[in-house]
Amino acid sequence: MNTTVNGTMIQLDAVEKVYRTDRIETVALSGVSLDIRDGEFVSVMGPSGCGKSTLLNVMGLLDVATKGSVSVAGQRVDAMRDAQLSALRNRDIGFVFQVFHLIADLTVVDNVEIPLLYRKGIGARERRERATAAIDRVGLSARARHFPSQLSGGQQQRVAIARAIAGAPRLLLADEPTGNLDSQMGDEIMAILHDLNTRDRTTIVMVTHDPRLADQTSRTFRLFDGRLVH
Amino acid sequence: MILHYLKIALKVLARRKFFTAVSLFGIAFTLVVLTVATAIIDHAFAPMAPEVHQDRTLIVARAMMRGGHAMWRSDPGYLLLDRYARNLPGVERFSISSSPRTAYSYIQGNRIQSVLRRADADFWRILQFDFREGAPFTSDDVTQARFVAVVNESTRAKFFGSSRAVGREIEVDGQRFRVVGVVVDVSRLRPVPFADVWVPLTTAKSDSYKSQLLGGFMGMALMADGASPVAINQELASRLRRAELPDPKLWKQLYAPLETTLELYSRQVFGVDEDAESPAGRLWALMLGAALLFMLLPAVNLVNLNVSRILERTSEIGVRKSFGAPVRALVAQFLVENLVLTLAGAALAFVLAQIVLSGITASGLLPYAQLHVNYRVFLAGLALAGVFGFLSGVYPAWRMSRLNPVQALKGAVR
Repeated sequence: MNTTVNGTMIQLDAVEKVYRTDRIETVALSGVSLDIRDGEFVSVMGPSGCGKSTLLNVMGLLDVATKGSVSVAGQRVDAMRDAQLSALRNRDIGFVFQVFHLIADLTVVDNVEIPLLYRKGIGARERRERATAAIDRVGLSARARHFPSQLSGGQQQRVAIARAIAGAPRLLLADEPTGNLDSQMGDEIMAILHDLNTRDRTTIVMVTHDPRLADQTSRTFRLFDGRLVH
Repeated sequence: MILHYLKIALKVLARRKFFTAVSLFGIAFTLVVLTVATAIIDHAFAPMAPEVHQDRTLIVARAMMRGGHAMWRSDPGYLLLDRYARNLPGVERFSISSSPRTAYSYIQGNRIQSVLRRADADFWRILQFDFREGAPFTSDDVTQARFVAVVNESTRAKFFGSSRAVGREIEVDGQRFRVVGVVVDVSRLRPVPFADVWVPLTTAKSDSYKSQLLGGFMGMALMADGASPVAINQELASRLRRAELPDPKLWKQLYAPLETTLELYSRQVFGVDEDAESPAGRLWALMLGAALLFMLLPAVNLVNLNVSRILERTSEIGVRKSFGAPVRALVAQFLVENLVLTLAGAALAFVLAQIVLSGITASGLLPYAQLHVNYRVFLAGLALAGVFGFLSGVYPAWRMSRLNPVQALKGAVR
């Protein structure tokens, strides 16, 4: 496991992200610099189209910054090759998406196993044990053999969280994890995220539109037109 | 991991029934054609009774005399084979038989057409026929020019119905022969042993064949274990260089190679010069190339279907990439999925191919051919299915693995 530098999980320095097509150039992020410490639970807020998801994608190594430097879990990622980025994502980062993105053809436990499939040195039995433990952690043991279509929205998001934490990542990136849920289910999801943060010291970055949820995090980054505002 | 791939492959195939049906039809149709072609090629070239020593057997079936302005191509004559091709070093046994020719018989006013071959006793020692009755004629029969015959089962049925034939007489080509043996039908696709009726060489209507260098005969050499076909051919060529030619002013050179059945076919296909290198390799390459070409169009169709299928699974690809799936894992996953589909198509193709082959066998289109999906055809079919699966899966797999995860998660891939 890599150690973080001075307890910093994510460090962005003057990050810029520009999307270019033949005719249009869109600046999604501009001059974004921030540090997120190991074990923090932070939120990112801002209006639609302000660059929140892009910021999360850059932090999650799903997208590459056009300019600036990005360090995650103590490693500079700017010059990493695709295979290295994949390995780092697999080992250190978990994702929770607004629309769950569960694979409809797989059962709950098979979905949760996905990150472990790509982890070296884990056999089928250990994979199953760790997936089962993650499902247990989100309170869905009774649904392990169900398919996503047989679950409610809240249950599907809990499965998505189980999948995100099955590989014991140090960083969890959640993109509007309660956006498709009613407030009661949203509270259940937040409770699970808080539990992960406090018990496992998992660093969590959560994009949200909901100030009530942002208030529950230790810090909130606000974005407007791709820039951090204070 | 493989289990996971298989599980999702089966789920996807079961979920997309129309796609699966269309793909299976394309794969099965392609593989049926290739499997049938493979079965026919196997039937023509693979070692099987009576050519059980095929790996040690060389044939002299082509000969040529060349002069300054003249060339005479033909099958070899008895004189050439008897005088120059016998007792070659490295040859354990040598047989001379006539080229098969059509002969007629008449029973109660009905004309029966047969293929007649005149052979020596070594013919039966090199080739291992399956006798249903009696035995082959002997050296003594040949030496004494006895009018005895071996017939195949179909000929027995034509002459004697379902009763035994050994000891009874048949008239073929205006000569009467006593049947001494009955063998299982040999396919027309096996030109070396093929005939309906085999009789001793010496029962020919005249002895004139004994003085002919070219025409009407075939030699068959059984090499000793470890003997070199090149050395045997060199010795034969050396003898032929010193051969007495009928008109030395007209003819300068006599040529007759010892070659495998495959070499014989390949020279006929390519029409190459006698002194050129064997084109057997080119024949295999041509057949393989034709098979690949035949697979290309359905493979391209399957590629398109697969790409469409991928575009419906971009979310899954995005998730897998997000959680660290490397390119090679995604390529492997999709190749496994495609191989599962292709192998399912192959299983269907084997069943259909067996039905088609049974139909061809029953139709008599290829006389006496017994075509079926044997283990060689099965393995070749599996290999072809593997190549087909790879061809049709590798591009979609590569394309899938290259998807940008963010775009894939948005489902915004085109």
